[in-house]
Amino acid sequence: MQGGLPLFPERASSIAGRVDALFFFLLGVALFFSLIITVMIVYFAVKYRRRAPDQIGALITGSTNLETAWMVIPLILAMVMFGWGASLFVSIKTPPRDALEVYVVGKQWMWKLQHPEGQKEINELHVPVGREIKLTLTSEDVIHDFFVPAFRIKTDVLPGRYSTLWFKATRPGQYHLFCAQYCGTNHAIMGGWVTVMEPAEFQTWLSGGPAEGSLASAGEKLFHALACATCHRSDSQGRGPKLDGLYGSMVRLGNGQSVLADEGYIRQSILNPKAKIVAGYQSLMPTFQGLVTEEQVLQLIAYIKSLSLPRPSPGAAPPAPGRTPSQGQATKRP
Amino acid sequence: MSAATSPRVLGHENYLNVSYGVKSWLLTTDHKRIGLLYLASITLYFFLGGAFAVLIRLHLLTPEGALVQAETYNKFFTMHGIIMVFFFLIPSIPAVLGNFLIPLMIGARDLAFPRLNLASWYIFNLGALFTLYAVASGGVDTGWTFYTPYSSLYSNSHVVAAALGIFIAGFSSILTGLNFIVTIHTMRAPGMTWFRLPIFVWAHYATSIIFVLGTPVLAITLGLVALERVFHIGIFNPALGGDPLLFQHLFWFYSHPAVYIMVLPAMGVTTELIATFSRKSLFGYHFVAAASLGIAVIGFLVWGHHMFVAGQSIYAAMVFSILSYLVAIPSAVKVFNWTATLYKGSVSYQTPMLYGMGFIGLFVIGGLTGLFLAALGVDVHVHDTYFVVAHFHYIMVGGAVMGYLGGLHYWWPKISGRLYPEGWAKLAALILFVGFNLTFFPQFILGYLGMPRRYHAYPAEFQVLNVMSSAGASILGVGYLLPMVYLIWSMRYGPIAGPNPWPATGLEWQTPSPPPPENFARTPVVTWEAYDFASRKDLRLAGAGLERLPAEPQD
Repeated sequence: MQGGLPLFPERASSIAGRVDALFFFLLGVALFFSLIITVMIVYFAVKYRRRAPDQIGALITGSTNLETAWMVIPLILAMVMFGWGASLFVSIKTPPRDALEVYVVGKQWMWKLQHPEGQKEINELHVPVGREIKLTLTSEDVIHDFFVPAFRIKTDVLPGRYSTLWFKATRPGQYHLFCAQYCGTNHAIMGGWVTVMEPAEFQTWLSGGPAEGSLASAGEKLFHALACATCHRSDSQGRGPKLDGLYGSMVRLGNGQSVLADEGYIRQSILNPKAKIVAGYQSLMPTFQGLVTEEQVLQLIAYIKSLSLPRPSPGAAPPAPGRTPSQGQATKRP
Repeated sequence: MSAATSPRVLGHENYLNVSYGVKSWLLTTDHKRIGLLYLASITLYFFLGGAFAVLIRLHLLTPEGALVQAETYNKFFTMHGIIMVFFFLIPSIPAVLGNFLIPLMIGARDLAFPRLNLASWYIFNLGALFTLYAVASGGVDTGWTFYTPYSSLYSNSHVVAAALGIFIAGFSSILTGLNFIVTIHTMRAPGMTWFRLPIFVWAHYATSIIFVLGTPVLAITLGLVALERVFHIGIFNPALGGDPLLFQHLFWFYSHPAVYIMVLPAMGVTTELIATFSRKSLFGYHFVAAASLGIAVIGFLVWGHHMFVAGQSIYAAMVFSILSYLVAIPSAVKVFNWTATLYKGSVSYQTPMLYGMGFIGLFVIGGLTGLFLAALGVDVHVHDTYFVVAHFHYIMVGGAVMGYLGGLHYWWPKISGRLYPEGWAKLAALILFVGFNLTFFPQFILGYLGMPRRYHAYPAEFQVLNVMSSAGASILGVGYLLPMVYLIWSMRYGPIAGPNPWPATGLEWQTPSPPPPENFARTPVVTWEAYDFASRKDLRLAGAGLERLPAEPQD
């Protein structure tokens, strides 16, 4: 038999230590109470064992003080667990603003990943050590789940919506990537590896891929090929709303509500344009459901996001989305 | 007393010998006979579900999967889950022991609706037939959770037949629940006040509430899955305009309380065992009774803890997390009260007590690991891993099945009129305890290491723990076969038990074993509190060796 007897998983992300700390606290409390109960049961069972066949126990029916104690003390401990777990959860669920972005599409039974620079991967994810990485994930078919045990993170990946996940890898190495939501026949082999590299090594890896252009430029080509630009003109004269500066802004809708223009909103506006009509515009846009793949939607989103970034000079290629200029420099640092 | 000296036939007229023939059983409205009909059915389904468990554990002996293709393995765990949950665990204690005992415990002649009771058994088996048809014609591969849109669109297996089977069987749960609620409200013997009821009855009252309020939601949900699958009506599949999370909300709204359907009756059994074999009043009777209802009520409000990583909002996750911690408190109250009941008791180590103490130990581990899963930040890591598999098997197998077997042994003399062989029974209890822990404890470690559930193949570093688990399962299997053999043997060859062999305080022990068809020759009048050994002169206890200890100060 291979592999020996492992007892504890590798720890390779900034959050992993915090998850393990709470785990050990819970383990301590659990051991403490298991031990108390076991010792008391064994002690009582031996000490008060039946000594004569017709012996009965003492007439004790209860104690309100004891009942109160063993309701209040566990309740306090439980609330500590709740608070600790909840604050950790908020950290896990809140991606930092300046994270590198990677787009993930799950399908039966593979993960397809795209980096903003254009590199595509299947069942593998290469990331630099020490940088926050934000994943935007969706599924083409059933529910999947992106799970990296060494990072202590996972999220279900649903069709029809975006999930997000973030991590900061702290140790170079190769770590398991699993699908953790049962998704059919080959669920168990829908996975691969996350490879954490030194930043310089990662830069080499990034530049070594096939030169397909960035995700945003692929989205821009698609934007014109699908004739989106006919209506979504950049001079505000089009029949559709202007998209420059859209991403991250609040959009006023015809029904008076306002929504945040995030990835999910843009996706919905492409695939189900009638769902949310921008104030002042007609519901004219046809659906692109079935005309674009999930990956192409992500390319379009990357392009639209790039329209919200400050441009260094007119006509220059837009910087990769998700990287503010300062980070762009940071990743170039040798 | 030995088997050789026991007569082969019990003399008095009882529910077993009052009439003979297949018809007298299949058309019976006697709750005791219906209990035995259920016993036969669920024993069959238990060993069928167990056979799938054996196949699963054999397959997982090697990392690449030792036995079958992925698709077949997926059907194994699905059929194991569906059969065990819906056709064994949910009916186990309520439909067998509850049916048999509730009228006896409250001093009634039968349940309130005897014919509905028989109908529920037929409905249950009709449902099982549909599900067995799904098994026989190629199986289902959705997992027992039927998550959409996999189940409603993508799976190429017999989803509709299996779902229809569960849909139908659900009606038997509803009828049983209704029957228990009405019976407990209206048919208690004179003097049997609510707070003189055995905790077993309280537990079944709480369980019945879940049966009646929860089961219809499951039925509707599975109906919607079938509608989407057959007619492509968009309910759960986003491609048709539906919402896959809606399914999970509806499914867990029933299926989380369903866990309490399994464990509440087992807690009721354990309470009877601890009190009887300590020969002592239950510590904190009112708190234990109220805890049953508390668990049933709060248990309806915690379903979202199955969906912490599924895509619900952070705030929803927090609400479900805090409620999940609240539901742990009544469970803790029960454990502390059982433990305190042993204090200054007269503790014997007969087989049912071994099961009772085994239940507490395994339930404590199952319950405390639930606290890990309720902690949002830790659940993100362990969700959908073997940690969860281990946790719920500690509750559902370590808890519910231990309780069921403990109860079966405890009331076996009442059911059959005969005693089982004590030595074999103790051995089986020990084998079960060891086998269970060896099977499922390694799965906690596997889960924290990150092995996801429902994997037909796994990385090589997980093999040692998987082999340990499979080895444990083989021991566990022996532990389940043994009682079946000696209990059946004892029906003919066991020593005559007499009406009250332990002795115990409940009304069910005030009538001959096996009970006459009408349960009691005369309606009993109850003048004592539950588990009140000290004032029960009729039990002829408390003679030699007893020192009356002064009562603890009461509040």
